[in-house]
Amino acid sequence: MKDLDYSFLTLVKRAMGGQRGWPQAWRSPDPKRHYDVVIIGGGGHGLATAYYLAKEHGVRNVAILEKGWIGGGNTGRNTTMVRSDYMFPESAAVYDFALRLYEGLARDVNFNIMLSQRGWLTLIHDRHQLESARHKANWLNCNGVDGELIDQDEVRRMLPHLNMDGNPRYPVIGAFLQKRGGTIRHDAVTWGYARAADRLGVDIIQNCEVQGFSKTGDTITGIITTRGRIACDRLGLAVAGHSSVLASMAGFALPVTSHALQAMVSEPIKPILHHAVISPNTGIYINQTQKGEMVMGGVLDLYHSYAQRGNYPTIEKVLTAVVEMFPLYKELRLMRHWAGIVDIVPDSSPIIGPTPVENLFINCGWGTGGFKAIPAGGFLLAHSLGTGHTHPLAEKFGLDRFLSNRLVDEGAAAGIAH
Amino acid sequence: MIVIRCPCCNEQRTEEELSYGGEADIVRPLEPETVSNERWTNYLFMRANPKGKLLEQWCCSAGCGQWFKVIRDSVTHEISAISLFSKDPPQAEAALK
Repeated sequence: MKDLDYSFLTLVKRAMGGQRGWPQAWRSPDPKRHYDVVIIGGGGHGLATAYYLAKEHGVRNVAILEKGWIGGGNTGRNTTMVRSDYMFPESAAVYDFALRLYEGLARDVNFNIMLSQRGWLTLIHDRHQLESARHKANWLNCNGVDGELIDQDEVRRMLPHLNMDGNPRYPVIGAFLQKRGGTIRHDAVTWGYARAADRLGVDIIQNCEVQGFSKTGDTITGIITTRGRIACDRLGLAVAGHSSVLASMAGFALPVTSHALQAMVSEPIKPILHHAVISPNTGIYINQTQKGEMVMGGVLDLYHSYAQRGNYPTIEKVLTAVVEMFPLYKELRLMRHWAGIVDIVPDSSPIIGPTPVENLFINCGWGTGGFKAIPAGGFLLAHSLGTGHTHPLAEKFGLDRFLSNRLVDEGAAAGIAH
Repeated sequence: MIVIRCPCCNEQRTEEELSYGGEADIVRPLEPETVSNERWTNYLFMRANPKGKLLEQWCCSAGCGQWFKVIRDSVTHEISAISLFSKDPPQAEAALK
């Protein structure tokens, strides 16, 4: 296997050989008739689940079923930003665990995920936000997560093109900064996990849509797919915005509603914006990719939607806010624009662990923040699938919290824009 | 973009001029003291989330201010029925069946 590793040496060797003979990064096998574990959803969370299941728990007879192509859902439709500045101790523990796994991921899976910890800035527009930012920084301090407040002059220095003096609609009086926050190349996360999982024996089966389940009592025995019937002992669900659809096939309901979250990207230009920036008042977030494009997002579509496409009202809202904040960017042309279907939960916290179906475990409800949580979501679902028990980090995030009314109301706590 | 003709003022409204109210016909249990935890949880948190036709409520917030019911497809945004809450039985439920 060692000769398949990506390294400077193999790069030189293949270059000398005219870039011929690179092996396939992962196989495209036909589905077997039985697997120990089947994971539905070939996005970041599903692929990470399979990888950690094989690596941490030694379960290798595993298949991932993906209805389209891997990473073609929300993993390919986000704004690639990562951070872990969540407030409640249980949330901070999970999100910071994700960021720590991301920090070691390139070495772990032997794939450059292009993690760029360039700093995550949440702008502060008024005294009330300043108070809550101080409050949050103290919480983070207690949780052992980095985060600090910076003043107006520091923001001016870090964001030279931000309109701070030209009578802006929302004046900026400072910012909350998480230095470990930043961006990751989203496709590299998909491909890195896929290749690593495949090398541990996981079958990645694409173009394979789940159409139903066969059940005996409270146990799923088989999965009916467009590529035939597949039997399994345990089943993991990591399908984000389509969680309700799969759950209803399996015979239970989730407190999840599906919404479209849109983002867009400009033409590439030379480096101009070094950090990832969010404004709570305009609700938009922006960063510049390594290729030079401005990636911009904001405002969730508030109505239920499974339409994986954007619309003009959101383009207008996001772009007017961006141009208000960074007047220089009005020269840029928009290149692409897309939407992903996110799974919104009443308390804006994920749902991880057992379900009413005995051998079905779920990982959903990350809402608008699923990309940054991929390694943790995968690790925790893999723990459930591998051991049958819930990982201590995931205990507070069970589906049962809605009945016991012990919500983790992170939506209000972290002050996220939607 | 979602475009709905308000059944009250009969004007064509875009999603910018409307407010969304989620699933329609959610009724708060009339006797909260006696209701089971399961039913209360369902009332608080469980909402229909179909990939397809959904019975929902919208408000003509930039126009006449009336709430009304709509059946919309959550993939195509096609509107198949619109009715006022006062119409009984609503045209909306009938069309969903």
